[in-house]
Amino acid sequence: MIKIENLVKRYGGNYALDDISFTVNEGEIVGFLGPNGAGKSTTMNILTGFLSSTSGTVTINGIDILEEPKKAKELIGFLPEQPPLYLDMTVEEYLNFVYDLKGCKLNRYKHLREVCEVVKITDVYKRLIRNLSKGYRQRVGIAQALIGNPKIIIFDEPTVGLDPKQIIEIRNLIRTLGRDHTVILSTHILPEVQAVCDRIVVINNGKIIADEKTEDITRAVQNNRRFNVKICGPKKEVLAMLKAKTGIVYAEELAERDGDATTYMIESEPGVDIRKNLFYTLAEKGWPLIGLEGVGMNLEDIFISLIDNGGEDNRRKRSRQQKSRIQISEEGGDN
Amino acid sequence: MGAIYRREMRAYFTTPIGYVFMIVFLMLASSIFCLTTIQLGERSNLFMYFTILIFLLIIIIPILTMKSFSEEKKMRTEQLLLTSPISIAGMVAGKYFAAMTMYTGTLLVSALNFYTIFKFAAEGSDPNVASIVGNHIALILVGSVFIAIGIFISSLTENQLAAAIITVAVILVLLVSGFLADLIPFYPIRMVVKWISIFTRFSYFTYGIFDYSAVLYYLSISFLFLFLTGRVFDKRRWG
Repeated sequence: MIKIENLVKRYGGNYALDDISFTVNEGEIVGFLGPNGAGKSTTMNILTGFLSSTSGTVTINGIDILEEPKKAKELIGFLPEQPPLYLDMTVEEYLNFVYDLKGCKLNRYKHLREVCEVVKITDVYKRLIRNLSKGYRQRVGIAQALIGNPKIIIFDEPTVGLDPKQIIEIRNLIRTLGRDHTVILSTHILPEVQAVCDRIVVINNGKIIADEKTEDITRAVQNNRRFNVKICGPKKEVLAMLKAKTGIVYAEELAERDGDATTYMIESEPGVDIRKNLFYTLAEKGWPLIGLEGVGMNLEDIFISLIDNGGEDNRRKRSRQQKSRIQISEEGGDN
Repeated sequence: MGAIYRREMRAYFTTPIGYVFMIVFLMLASSIFCLTTIQLGERSNLFMYFTILIFLLIIIIPILTMKSFSEEKKMRTEQLLLTSPISIAGMVAGKYFAAMTMYTGTLLVSALNFYTIFKFAAEGSDPNVASIVGNHIALILVGSVFIAIGIFISSLTENQLAAAIITVAVILVLLVSGFLADLIPFYPIRMVVKWISIFTRFSYFTYGIFDYSAVLYYLSISFLFLFLTGRVFDKRRWG
């Protein structure tokens, strides 16, 4: 459906995108994950024909976006990072405008009604966009992307700035859309892609560093070896014990306090589940263990773990990106 | 193009811009008309009315054009336009024709002023209808040039005020370059500056001459600036 080959975008001497290639198949929901400034928005903007690439090709359903931009753009609905809304229009006027702009051939009244029902904005249909809350504006933005029933829908950070309830609603909506659309979604929030996407493409510094099924990434994250443990006991001795204990490669006292308990962050050796063992040791010493939780991995950790777990087969699988991968593996190897 | 044209027209009337433009234009046009014709009595001539009106366009036209692309850029709505299956030419043309509709419409309303002359003019001193029509056509053409320039400048910045001020400056320079040209001692440069001058060509119309080469000149300059506007968007994509 979407094929991106050797995409490069250079601003002066800076590479915003450095040789990116991936494909998205029909009906897939692909998450585009990366920290801020990684090149997510640039990629989205090139995909939608808003920006051009320095080199490389983007084909949408076999149509090159540079050669036949009109045809390609007809297939895409796009919600940019900031929804492109005219504040001086009502939702009705705005959606009608987008309908005209895209040159839709569907039944106007019925189609707009359907779209509004899908994103739940029917009750604000007659209101001025200026007066809508952020959540509603975002939904009007999504409605705009859905008009004309495009085969491909691209969302650039669709949940930024929304409250938790709205985030869940939008995620559910995206999952529903994924049933009969191809969806690309960019975000810097890992749980978001885990909740919604079939596949995750991880990008950092303009390079793709992983392209995996969501389960694989989830597994990598679950192989978590870091815990925060809350222990009541003499600080120095506890820390010394933790550091000396076999199976623990790293221990550190955190600033967090809870009564007479202190929190420590520990990291176990790969493949060792330290938790039970630790409990018995502490019980023996008479230092109550009052809390133990896995530390959620942040993006950096995931990058590192992805690279560590990458292994030989992955490298073979993505021989095209070999050069950049190896480079990053070397950087990651220090950790 | 149709969609953008309709949106622009609607925006002129759902925001104060359209009303401000019409009120300012009509008020100024009427008072100048009054001062240059009725008040002057026997000494009145239309040359003065049209000449002053064209200088008023310097401040009136930017009201119409300052928002056109700068607002889109600021609100990021240009992202919607540029990722829609419409051409850049269609987008620019939609904006241009909307501004032209506003301008031409208001100008035609202001032409009602002439009714008073026809009604009250002394026997045998009726103004020349052909000259009035010719001058209005010329005003529309000059307005088209100014609007094209205004749209071009608004595509360069996301600051409406900056767009308006720069537009005023550019139009002013283009208008008075004809007068300044006389101060240039070097003949070839003087001829070039004179050739560029919008006002020199306009003055033929006020004398009652319908100059086809001026029509062509105004249309080409309009087209040139609209074309450049399109290039701005192309350039930004590739930048």
